[in-house]
Amino acid sequence: MSTIPEDLRYTKDHEWIRMVDDFTGICGISDHAQEMLTDIVFVELPQVGLDVAQKEQVAVVESVKAVSDVYAPVTGRITEVNAALEDTPELINSDPYGDGWIFKIEIKNPGELDDLMDPRAYIEYVESGA
Amino acid sequence: MYTSITDKEKKEMLGVIGAASVEELFADIPESIAMKGSLDLPGSLSEMELEAHVGALGSMNRQVAGFIGAGAYDHYIPAAVDQLSGRSEFYTSYTPYQAEVSQGTLIAIFEYQTLVARLTGMDIANASLYDGATAVAESVLMSMRANGRKKVVVSGALHPNYRSVMKTYSWASDRLYHEVPHRAGVTDADLLRESIDDSVACVVVQNPNFFGSLEDIEAIAAAAHSAGAHCIVCVAEPLSLGILKNPGEMGADIVCGEGQGFGNPVGFGGPMLGMLAARKEFMRRIPGRLVGRTLDADGKTAYVLTLQAREQHIRRDRATSNICTNQGLCALRAVIYLCIVGNRLRELARLNHARASYLRRRLLDVGFRKMSDAPYFNEFTVAHERAVSIRKGLLEQGFSFGLPLGDYYPGMEDSLLVCVTEKNTVEQIDLLVSKIQDLVRG
Amino acid sequence: MDVIFKHSEPGKNRYQIPEPGADDYDPIPGKYLSDASPLPDVTEVEVVRHFTNLSGMNYGVDNGMYPLGSCTMKYNPKINERIASIPSFAGIHPMADPEAVQGCLKVLHELAAYLGEITGMVFSLNPAAGSHGELSGAMVVKKYFQDMGQARHVVLVPDTAHGTNPASAAMCGFTVKEVPSNSDGDVDVEKLKEMLDGDVAAMVLTSPNTLGLFDRNLREIADMLHRNGSLFYGDGANLNAIVGKARMAEMGFDIMHINLHKTFSTPHGGGGPGAGPLGVMEALAKYLPVPIVAQGKDGYYLDYDRPDTIGRIHSFYGNFLIALRAYAYIRSLGPGGVRNIAETAVLNANYLLASLKGLYHLPVERRCMHEFVLSDRDMPNGVTTNDISKRILDYGFYSPTVYFPLHIEGAIMIEPTETETKDSLDAFIRVMAEIRREAYEEPEKVKNAPQTTPVKRVDPVIAARRPVLVWEG
Repeated sequence: MSTIPEDLRYTKDHEWIRMVDDFTGICGISDHAQEMLTDIVFVELPQVGLDVAQKEQVAVVESVKAVSDVYAPVTGRITEVNAALEDTPELINSDPYGDGWIFKIEIKNPGELDDLMDPRAYIEYVESGA
Repeated sequence: MYTSITDKEKKEMLGVIGAASVEELFADIPESIAMKGSLDLPGSLSEMELEAHVGALGSMNRQVAGFIGAGAYDHYIPAAVDQLSGRSEFYTSYTPYQAEVSQGTLIAIFEYQTLVARLTGMDIANASLYDGATAVAESVLMSMRANGRKKVVVSGALHPNYRSVMKTYSWASDRLYHEVPHRAGVTDADLLRESIDDSVACVVVQNPNFFGSLEDIEAIAAAAHSAGAHCIVCVAEPLSLGILKNPGEMGADIVCGEGQGFGNPVGFGGPMLGMLAARKEFMRRIPGRLVGRTLDADGKTAYVLTLQAREQHIRRDRATSNICTNQGLCALRAVIYLCIVGNRLRELARLNHARASYLRRRLLDVGFRKMSDAPYFNEFTVAHERAVSIRKGLLEQGFSFGLPLGDYYPGMEDSLLVCVTEKNTVEQIDLLVSKIQDLVRG
Repeated sequence: MDVIFKHSEPGKNRYQIPEPGADDYDPIPGKYLSDASPLPDVTEVEVVRHFTNLSGMNYGVDNGMYPLGSCTMKYNPKINERIASIPSFAGIHPMADPEAVQGCLKVLHELAAYLGEITGMVFSLNPAAGSHGELSGAMVVKKYFQDMGQARHVVLVPDTAHGTNPASAAMCGFTVKEVPSNSDGDVDVEKLKEMLDGDVAAMVLTSPNTLGLFDRNLREIADMLHRNGSLFYGDGANLNAIVGKARMAEMGFDIMHINLHKTFSTPHGGGGPGAGPLGVMEALAKYLPVPIVAQGKDGYYLDYDRPDTIGRIHSFYGNFLIALRAYAYIRSLGPGGVRNIAETAVLNANYLLASLKGLYHLPVERRCMHEFVLSDRDMPNGVTTNDISKRILDYGFYSPTVYFPLHIEGAIMIEPTETETKDSLDAFIRVMAEIRREAYEEPEKVKNAPQTTPVKRVDPVIAARRPVLVWEG
């Protein structure tokens, strides 16, 4: 069973978001997602300053055998990306919730956070095999 | 026939399958679709009969002393190229999916990528594409993926067949195609500059161009870059890379073209060898196969197909291209050729140029007009008011002299595009010119 | 093994270039010239040994059975190689005058006619590969609807499709939608019905499909598409299963391509060149790419006067020397031999299927055509499809296609082709049985395979994370 931290919110596409203050979130993909993808070899990062809508594609994560889009969990503006992933994409495998974060987002509508799953709901979602 | 299941074996096999007949195995094909009679094809031939039959077809072709290039260059092929590429471990294998038993193909392609990148002055090259024309078309699409623009500006001195293919691809992919006419056989840099704005993804220019002339790539690249567009240089005669400043040095962002001239026969136009090389920034947008270096389980250097997430079998409808394989065997021949000729390629290129200049001078002596004073490599354009009838007379005497340009450039009915390679000896050239003199007089 | 560049030393290369024999009358100005020397400086002996040794690190059909599903790795007759190398074909220039190339044109004209007879369609031999044929076919679809004045944007592909199908459609601006298969491996006709509307331009289907099954609803699917005003594209990748037994035209396809390097035995060349002739029903023939080889009163000629064509798609006329090999192959087989391809290919595949299905999980329990798909589902001790494919190499065979089709988890796709003898099929069965035993009793042997190959298991992750695509010394 993969790790699912308590302090995060999750999407059906296996992204997570951690709120650092009322309007700023850090996003990445879940432990489950990185396990499914296997060894990650490349991450296509978004431009800083990009405005994105909830569920809009913002990044791409590639493994040797698969490609996966990463979607914005909420509407907002990309304020920072994890440049370390350019040279060491494997951080997503080794530390998906920490050093393997992908981007920071300034949230436009905090109400959208309610659309996301809490850890318990996400555990059920993953166990249901989706 | 190349099957060898005996009747006895067939019976045993059907027994294991649990079927009464081979016919039963086709039961899922509905009666309404299944073929009733036999195919209407000619009867089978033994190997000996086949060789005689095909030999007779071959004799319907006329082997001539050729002075035509125009995208297919008849260079001498060293014996080692045929011998080595004829090893069936190479040619009866497929795309090296199982790297552990495909290091031969993988290393050869890695070497090919290296040599193409070096010759073009680019950082990377792919494992090859179908041919020069599709390599240009794919280069343009790659450029557009990189900068998000939709328009290509094309030199009118690019090979007419390549331009046709680009038009087909542009129409199919809903891109915009704009052509800039040539002026006296070279790309009109002023017109080109005026055509470039920030909607233009890339500029495509051939060097040496279709007329054989050398282009001012530095000026064209500068014009492209000033509008944020890419400069794509197409090379149809790869031997020119042996002597000319490489396109990368002159400002190209992408170099593509035809590699057939390196160790592959003209073969009535196929198979050819599409080359594609580019600066590093295009690495994850380049179409086609790529071979990369890695390690095996013992930590030893090994090679493997890589960056496959770009490709159709993983990315499906969002792949960089629909292309599946490469022209593996043609690329293998090219790399063997480049190793055999090696650094003597410059000498060979000089020879080509010297003999071309010799023929051009002799033609001017017997009344042909030159198209321009632009420098050229081994191909040039000349005109004569009786060009068509001279050509016809020469063909009857076993010379295929130049490509008439009227079909490609209306108004150039008197012009011929003439090519000279190392296979055209000075004696042959002298003979050609004396025949021309006879025809001109007569 | 070292790359050739490691042998390079200044002054080694003694390859002799003839003297020009003529002065240079128009020296190229210095600003166009380069002094760089980017090529290796090695001796001919070194080159010959290098590539000879490289060939020894390769595995081809001539080494042994190559059951790579969907790729049809059959024997490549040697006479066809000899024929393709004769100067009266290999030395013919594509821009030569038509009267000087009648032999080449006749070969192309007749091959197109043979392919027409085999499938019921009209052919262009311009596409240089199967994927190129597909792309041209997608262009025909686009042109057809443009001419009809209909804006249709969707191309349907089944979940069993080759990746080139969606990629080719997407290159022509179509939106790709996936049609699911049912548990029998056929297209889910009910789902298809729901997806059909006025926006569907075409559906692409491989026949037989990539599970090696002949879709039993094929005619019904064709009728549904045609009633909807859509075109039906047949991916001919698996034509080997049905040549001489059924024709694509009668199945209801409007457009198709053939992979000459599969069904018609031209060598795969380590990944090409192949050839992918494009066939269409007569009504669509006007859209075929130019030129078309035609026959007139003065002999054969290249016909460009086709106003409705999608245009040119190749520098010249496709991979002629590949077409020549396919021509020779068809002439050597004759009608009976062509039919025998399908019959023996299907017999061989079913024999393997019947022998292996008790050993490995068979996701769709049906007789197959020319290939079939197993999976690693029931493997013990964490042995995966990848492990099995690597272990097969240790036993001297090439591996099946793995992890395709995508909707079968851990797929192992096996296509023996008609040119394997019963002995080699039996040897392969024994090897597969032995690997299964090892998976249970000595799983490390399978997981650490291969051990006997020129290199051990290759790590694709390192290559992709920090790509090294050229040798930098």
